[in-house]
Amino acid sequence: MITIRELRKVYGPFVALESFSEEIQAGEIFGVIGQSGAGKSTLIRCVNRLETPTSGTVVVDGQDITALSGPDLRRARQRMGMIFQHFNLLSSRTAAGNIAFPLEVMGYSRLQRKARVEELLALVGLEGKGNNYPAQLSGGQKQRVGIARALAAKPKVLLSDEATSALDPQTTRSILDLLKDLNQKMGLTILLITHDMGVVKHICDRVAILEKGRVVERGRVADLAAQPHSRLAQDFFPQRSQQPLRSGSLRATIAFQGETANQPIISRLVRQFDIEVNILKGSIETIGGQSVGQLQLELSGAETEAALQYLYQQNIEVEVHDGSPAFEQLVDSHP
Amino acid sequence: MDPQLLSSLWTATLETIYMVSVSAVLAALFGLPLGLLLVIAAPKGFLPNPALYQGLGSVVNAGRSLPFIILLVAIIPLTRLIVGTTIGSTAALVPLTLSAIPFYARVAETSLLEVDRGLVEAAESMGCSYWQVIAKVLIPEAVPSLVLGLTIMVISLIGYSAMAGVVGGGGLGDLAIRYGYQRFNTQVMLITVVLLIVLVQIVQWVGDAIARQMRRR
Repeated sequence: MITIRELRKVYGPFVALESFSEEIQAGEIFGVIGQSGAGKSTLIRCVNRLETPTSGTVVVDGQDITALSGPDLRRARQRMGMIFQHFNLLSSRTAAGNIAFPLEVMGYSRLQRKARVEELLALVGLEGKGNNYPAQLSGGQKQRVGIARALAAKPKVLLSDEATSALDPQTTRSILDLLKDLNQKMGLTILLITHDMGVVKHICDRVAILEKGRVVERGRVADLAAQPHSRLAQDFFPQRSQQPLRSGSLRATIAFQGETANQPIISRLVRQFDIEVNILKGSIETIGGQSVGQLQLELSGAETEAALQYLYQQNIEVEVHDGSPAFEQLVDSHP
Repeated sequence: MDPQLLSSLWTATLETIYMVSVSAVLAALFGLPLGLLLVIAAPKGFLPNPALYQGLGSVVNAGRSLPFIILLVAIIPLTRLIVGTTIGSTAALVPLTLSAIPFYARVAETSLLEVDRGLVEAAESMGCSYWQVIAKVLIPEAVPSLVLGLTIMVISLIGYSAMAGVVGGGGLGDLAIRYGYQRFNTQVMLITVVLLIVLVQIVQWVGDAIARQMRRR
């Protein structure tokens, strides 16, 4: 649905975004996460050409956005919705007036607008709030108006620019649920940028992590979360145990997702091998609709090495943090 | 009170209201587009045009720096050209309007620039043309602020209109000078001062009320 190729944007000597390429499928929720200044705002603004990229192409629903200008560009923008961190509602218009705004711009008649606005108010759960001015609405309600406005012209693509960053956690969750719901009901493709891992965890199918304009990690959210060494996993499962190790033991993190999460790995390990297993820390999260977990173990005993080999064979991600040099070697030599 | 004095006060009040209201409407009518032009042509505007922006800015600044009493007499030939006379309340309209246009242009510029950039961005993301952004976003969103600016301008105009006596424009200020000051009539002086204060209070009160009503939304 959105094909981005070798997108690059520079401001004078400053490189905001460097060779970003991505193929975002129809009906997918794709997240771009990064700190402020990482280039994610630039990226999303290049997709609807609020910013013009220095080089590279963006193709949305078969149309090369980067080649357009004037009225063609404006029509292309009408086929994408966008929501914002600070909602950007017109204070001089009611909720209904705000939602009708894009329809007005597109030349819908008053009657058509009225019918569509009622539909949209119901869609975002704001029945009866049409006559309220933005100042009379809560943050969550304002963002619902923003979402209704973005969807007024029935776009296939929604761009979300830190849409929940100004909301409290509970409201954030309800807005994310609404977006997920719209994504599933209407097959809406969503490209969202955020600095909040919680957003990625809650609704994104795939994610790209941006740092200083470059992608440092990308992939399916559940897959990344199941790799102990990934940045995503480190963010989801923070604070490794810092207890001092007993001599002759090593500390390892194992990660599992989906099927493997349901298997009694630890008890098998202890039964099959002559080792001691001490669980230091563990948690399971629902990420990208899947159970993903991490366990931090302290392993000791004669067959520790064999036990690790067994885990590798079970296709379980293992990361050994510290231990004797022999174990480090084992990990390094492992394919 | 002397009935003749009462009638003079009444006439003078009407003259002041006439001069101020007509020049305020005209100044807003010309000042707003000028302010808009300044916003559009600014370096970060929709259609940056340094020459136009600088030129317009200089004219506006020149208009604002000229003392009103000088403007009043300096443009007498222009006044004759526009209204066909150089004396009376109508003649005072021309300099009053000319001095208020650049003032309101700056007021409008500031009000329009105060509109959140995010709103402009949102409108652009919905496929608005520049004109649609101006007509549907910038101006409607700036209205409360434009109204407050108008209030300030009307109050300045009440002050300036006191100098209209120089061209025989009449008004409360003129009455205060001729009767109150030159003829040592303290009573007239006091009454005109009170009337001017009341006038200013009413304007301020109405302007605030309208702006508050709009902002409450």
